[in-house]
Amino acid sequence: MFDYHALLPEFILGATLLVVLGVDLLVAPRRRWLAGAAGIVGLLAAGVPLLTLAGVGGKREMFAGSYVVDDFALVVKGLFLVAGAIVLLASVSYLRRDRYYEGEYYFLILASIAGAVVMASARDLITMFIGLELVSAPAFLLAGWRKGDLRSNEASLKFFLIGVLSSAVLLFGMSLVYGTTGESTFTRIAGATAAVSGESAFVLGVLFTLVGFGFKIAAVPFHFWAPDTYQGAPLPVAAYLSVGSKGAGVVGLLTICYSAFAGARDVWGPALWVLAALTMTVGNLTALRQSNVVRLLGYSSVAHAGFILVPFAMAAAFEGAALEDAFFGSLTYLLVYAFMNLGAFAAVIAIAERTGSREIDDWAGLARYSPALATLLGVFFFSLAGIPPLAGWFAKFVMFKAVLGDPGNAWGVALAVIAAVNAVIALFFYARVLKSAFMDPAPEPVPEGVSLSRPLAAALVITLAVTLAAGVYPQLLAFFGEAARGLALP
Amino acid sequence: MGWFENGWGLSLIVFLPLVGAAVVLAVPRARETAIKAIALGFAAASFVVSVIVTVAFDFGRAGYQFGADTSWIPAIDSRFHIGVDGISLPLVVLSTFITLLCVIYSWNHWPEPHNPKAFLVLMLVLATGMAGTFVALDLVLFFIFFELVLLPMYFMIGIWGDRNPMRLPGFKRPVETRLYAAIKFFLFTLFGSAFMLLGFLALYFRSGNGGLPRTFDIEALSARGAEGQLFTGTFAFWVFFALFLGFAVKVPMWPLHTWLPDAHTAAPTVGSVLLAAILLKLGSYGFIRIALPILPEEAKAWAPVIAILAVIAIIYGSLACLAQTDMKRLIAFSSVGHMGFVMLGISTLTEVGINAAIVGMVAHGIITGLLFFLAGSIQHRYHTREMARLGGNQKILPRLGGILGFAAMASLGLPGLAGFWGEFMALLASYNPFAGANLALFRSAMVIGAVGTVLTAGYLLWMLQRVNLGEIPEEWREKSFRDADGYELGAWVPLVLATLAVGVYPAIVFGATNDSVMALVARAFGG
Repeated sequence: MFDYHALLPEFILGATLLVVLGVDLLVAPRRRWLAGAAGIVGLLAAGVPLLTLAGVGGKREMFAGSYVVDDFALVVKGLFLVAGAIVLLASVSYLRRDRYYEGEYYFLILASIAGAVVMASARDLITMFIGLELVSAPAFLLAGWRKGDLRSNEASLKFFLIGVLSSAVLLFGMSLVYGTTGESTFTRIAGATAAVSGESAFVLGVLFTLVGFGFKIAAVPFHFWAPDTYQGAPLPVAAYLSVGSKGAGVVGLLTICYSAFAGARDVWGPALWVLAALTMTVGNLTALRQSNVVRLLGYSSVAHAGFILVPFAMAAAFEGAALEDAFFGSLTYLLVYAFMNLGAFAAVIAIAERTGSREIDDWAGLARYSPALATLLGVFFFSLAGIPPLAGWFAKFVMFKAVLGDPGNAWGVALAVIAAVNAVIALFFYARVLKSAFMDPAPEPVPEGVSLSRPLAAALVITLAVTLAAGVYPQLLAFFGEAARGLALP
Repeated sequence: MGWFENGWGLSLIVFLPLVGAAVVLAVPRARETAIKAIALGFAAASFVVSVIVTVAFDFGRAGYQFGADTSWIPAIDSRFHIGVDGISLPLVVLSTFITLLCVIYSWNHWPEPHNPKAFLVLMLVLATGMAGTFVALDLVLFFIFFELVLLPMYFMIGIWGDRNPMRLPGFKRPVETRLYAAIKFFLFTLFGSAFMLLGFLALYFRSGNGGLPRTFDIEALSARGAEGQLFTGTFAFWVFFALFLGFAVKVPMWPLHTWLPDAHTAAPTVGSVLLAAILLKLGSYGFIRIALPILPEEAKAWAPVIAILAVIAIIYGSLACLAQTDMKRLIAFSSVGHMGFVMLGISTLTEVGINAAIVGMVAHGIITGLLFFLAGSIQHRYHTREMARLGGNQKILPRLGGILGFAAMASLGLPGLAGFWGEFMALLASYNPFAGANLALFRSAMVIGAVGTVLTAGYLLWMLQRVNLGEIPEEWREKSFRDADGYELGAWVPLVLATLAVGVYPAIVFGATNDSVMALVARAFGG
């Protein structure tokens, strides 16, 4: 029943949660950062069994197939652990300066990551739902962490209300699916689909499930909360939301669509086509109008959710290898996006500290007085725009490759063209920030800022290294996408 | 020297500048001389290696040489496949040559804001992108190098470019020219290359239809394209259109050229030189290397369109030149016309035409590069580019004026200088285009193109007259000017010599290109 080896990452994370709380109780307030350090060590330790499991190989099923540890789960778990560690690195100095609770913060972030790790293995409606709630619930609290700040309160409240609503919608969809098929494990739902595929209750269940996940990944038209929440939440939390929480949503969507609803591709394929086209376009066009960098990143992350959905959209028309390619495209996009977006947020945290502002215009002339930070910003923003030789180009490339899997299919070509136009629009708003930082004159006197803290510098170095290395040698990340693609064809 | 011939030679050419950029990054900003010396060293090393490759190149052979083909991104079937043939070799040498001269010229000419470290890093990254595009034989690799030039050029224009304000419709406040030009350049090129990428992917997927493995390999795709089985019908039509968009923006062909005058005028001197001399060639090279051999039937179908657009570009570019008051902008528009001749040559799809295109590319690179250097130095001295305010330059600065006269003569296509061959042979080829072409159309194109050469002579002589000749205007009489210094001559004299050499003995270029072009035409268009 219990495969202890397979569950070891979850156990280690659970133990880390307790250690973090213990450290917070026992150490003096000025050494509370130790709780963060313990969290990072715990995350890395949880990564070790992933390697041993990958070494042994094979697929491990538990609890009658509701909890599966396969290559896909290992890759995704690894991503969440690494992303979590980077978020913690970026949080340490931020929390210390603002004097908010530290131990509890680390505890909640780790709890949310634990939820994401559970989701990676969830192959059952209930496990999936519990995992997703574990991801979201701590995030509601984290968004309101700057409790003295009205915007943070608004962020938290908005996120909470929308989050609860989306959970309700998701649960309703899941219950319809369960009601019509009589099953809750993904493989068995897939087996029972053929009998009920015509029933409107089942179709409705699938669509409601999509809508529920749509809220989680901030796809248009379910995205309103994202920019407000990102803007009000502490910056490291915004970084976490845009990668960890959104990533969990994408992973849930991938598993549930490709395994449970494998027989209903004609339902979710076209729906996601529309969702992808809308999300890219609205996200990018709205981002054009932003003057606040964090809101801009909020809309940019909406747009990127659209790009991640693009390969999904053609699933109804694809078979075999093309279907696998679509899965590979979404997952690899997520892997690349995670690193470059965390890097972008880390750079924004550092620059916001340096300039004391998050307004684009206040960053004018940054390259004059802080060339290193400006260069980092340039690398991450142009990577998000998909300009070679930075990693983002590969994400865009696999997306295009996936959606064009059948170049004779007009729908695929149409979506590819929409995505191509969007890629050009996106460049404009990323370049606007860099124009301010590199090309506008610096204010007199130059803003006095704090120096870069070491944990934040470490986060920047890690993300920079991955963004550059994966840009020149994309196989670095594509390898993991390749390893996990098997899930597409059960 | 086995390692040298198996890809390492070309890799050195391409990646030495990148290594140089990394080394320069590690040197503190204050040590300017060290930074300049390092950049010069790496640019020179890259040039020397390209000369060695040229010397060792087997001119009797049509295929790719010095190639390498190793694993790169197995997840998407893309390989690190490089090599040169007679078509790309002259362009590789041209790019390393111009880069070296730009570093020499930069030695004591720094646009504001003074920051040699950043400027040289960008220039070296640019060099890698340019040389890499000419040696890439894999579509993905080509795409990466093709796009690699965007970021450095964007920053070069945007940071060091023209600070004069300009009025834009829809904006209340005037915008600095450099900011507008930089983003316009970036957006136009990205727009084109996004569609080019879609075209590449479509080719990739269709390449597997014959039971063969799918591939991004340019060599393999050219072979399958020549068979004429895979890439046919509306599929091929749209793919060619996608490639056309990507390359035509870069060339630039009328009506996609509007970024060019802004970017070239606003860019700092070295930026304009690199843009005109090398970056434009990436587009026309793309046509010759990718669009023509892989989609030969579509190339025939699109040839009249390309020819018409090319002729429009020739006439439009010349007329636009006649309307300019700004010397640098005039030279920028002249590029539109000259690239029109290159595209006219390509559109004939014949040996003569494609040879003309390549020699035209090389000549335009040398001559227009020189003209932009001169325009930059004139602006450096007079602090204006308005031709109405200039005059009598020949008397004030005899050396600079002399070279300007020479460059203008070369640019208008004077026989015996490099510019002649490309224009003459392009017109010759359009008298006798590929079999099955619309003769009336191509011969009309020839006539109109010939009129264009007259207009070209017109505006260049007019420019010379206003800048170089005549009496010295009042405002410059009392001032003292320094004539061309050693660094300037160091950059210009090699270009002058190259112009003479290609003009008098064009076999320097044709000797390399002819066999490869013959092979290309024979395979794709049946001789």
